[in-house]
Amino acid sequence: MTPASPLVAGDTAWVLMSTALVLVMVPGLACFYGGLSRNRAVLNTMLMSFGALAVMSVFWVVAGYSLAFSTGSTWLGDFSWAGMQGVGVAPNPTYSAGIPHVLFSAFQMMFAGITVALISGAVVERMRFTAFLLFALLWGALVYVPLAHWVWADGGWLRSLGALDFAGGTVVHISAGVAAVVLARMLGRRHDAGRTAILPHNVPLTLLGAGILWFGWFGFNAGSALAADGISANALITTHTSAAAGLLSWIAVELIRTRHATAVGAATGAVAGLVAITPAAGFVSPLSAIAIGAVGAACAYAAIQLRAKTAIDDALDVFACHGVAGIVGALATGVFATKVINGAGADGLVAGNSRLLGVQTIAVLATIAFVAVMTPVVVLAVNSITKIRISLADELAGVDTKEHREEGYHGGGLAEFAGQAITLGQRVVLPAHEVYGQALSGGD
Amino acid sequence: MKLITAIIRPECLADVKAALFRAGVTGVTFSRVSGHGGEREVVQQYRAETVILEFHEKVKVEMAVSEHYVEPTIAAILSSARTGNVGDGKIFVQHLDRVVRIRTGEEDTAALTPVTADAVQRQAQRQAAS
Repeated sequence: MTPASPLVAGDTAWVLMSTALVLVMVPGLACFYGGLSRNRAVLNTMLMSFGALAVMSVFWVVAGYSLAFSTGSTWLGDFSWAGMQGVGVAPNPTYSAGIPHVLFSAFQMMFAGITVALISGAVVERMRFTAFLLFALLWGALVYVPLAHWVWADGGWLRSLGALDFAGGTVVHISAGVAAVVLARMLGRRHDAGRTAILPHNVPLTLLGAGILWFGWFGFNAGSALAADGISANALITTHTSAAAGLLSWIAVELIRTRHATAVGAATGAVAGLVAITPAAGFVSPLSAIAIGAVGAACAYAAIQLRAKTAIDDALDVFACHGVAGIVGALATGVFATKVINGAGADGLVAGNSRLLGVQTIAVLATIAFVAVMTPVVVLAVNSITKIRISLADELAGVDTKEHREEGYHGGGLAEFAGQAITLGQRVVLPAHEVYGQALSGGD
Repeated sequence: MKLITAIIRPECLADVKAALFRAGVTGVTFSRVSGHGGEREVVQQYRAETVILEFHEKVKVEMAVSEHYVEPTIAAILSSARTGNVGDGKIFVQHLDRVVRIRTGEEDTAALTPVTADAVQRQAQRQAAS
């Protein structure tokens, strides 16, 4: 055991809560994505988020946490904490003095899960589920874990360089965004993408998902202070402000371009605002957060318009919402960060320090380059083990019925009255009066 | 006997129903349908996607009526479903060969004569009493 520093009850309580809040982002994301997909793919779409969380969580305990956060080298940790060995109740002052080390590890576990879940939005309706789970494991091990080490771990090279990433703008959002576009490109387009309009099947579900994400993001960002303190409170208000500014910015652009504010647009704008503030939340003022959210959402809007002109079927625009807004946020941190808000941070361009923006740019470029090089390696590895794409016939019939033998929406229709489905072992559904021995009586 | 099928605007349904009931046509089946006529397409926007909805939502009204109800039925629909814009719909009139009421086995015009549940019940009670 390391020499124990005392646990701080308030900090521990807040990070326990925050861990649960970040977990809630996964079903939130599942709803956000599920509503945007078509109804015959809703289960597959939602299940990918849950599956990614499960895969990364188990991997995290076995080896992921150790490889990401143990000291190791500047590039990667080692196996000294594998299986959570030595990761106990006592705090690890390197990362957080007041909370149990095992809680820090659990908090980070949720980040690993949501990151891989984010990527799933790019591949809906056409990726084999088992291939996605394998992709989650390998991408987590070969891409997420080294990145987390570079940016957050003791001795990681970007951390040593002075790059600021409060809650995961580079590690989570830029990396997920770049991986999404690479995976979508390698997987190919949906059979009808670009030929027919593909509409969201349940916009209220998407709005609900955006609301849950917004709620969970308080844990994601304010929890990243790893203490119940002023930095945490600042991160909470900047997070909220940026989401609100992102929502307004998106619908303002829509009103100018198409004269109508849309619900899908408002939800997307809020999420883009949340993404953009993520690296900056604990380093900038609430006023700066308005600018960051507004610019992040406007850039994501522009990116979606441009993506739609390409042949890349990043189905739910993960790159635009997470990659582009994440890049805006990481660079904006170099512009708006100030030691007035967070003494442990750094001053940015506005506070008279131009070096930070340079460092942030290096962090962004390094992240993009690393993910863009490593993701194809992972995809090829997965494809050599198991086919990554479902057949055209299965795609036409719908990924839910073919990959999962399940449908999201049975009830309500005539099929229920008609006894369309029978339990295995039955041959025919007999008329009710033959089963119960009484004729249908005619009401009153 | 004729089968009258009308395709109408969903927003006219309440008025059409009222007009039909007033004309004494109470045997009606409604269904939600999609179709294409001469109307301008509806445009919607989802993120980057500008979507043209080619099919319009309509309501299909079906009524089997005896001969002397044909003109009042058509008049009732015309008076209630017309807005004057393209997309008001159509009325189709087809000849019916045979009609059977499932409850009694009555045929043709007898099967089309409307009855109410109350009247049927009273009749059943009278039979039971005698």
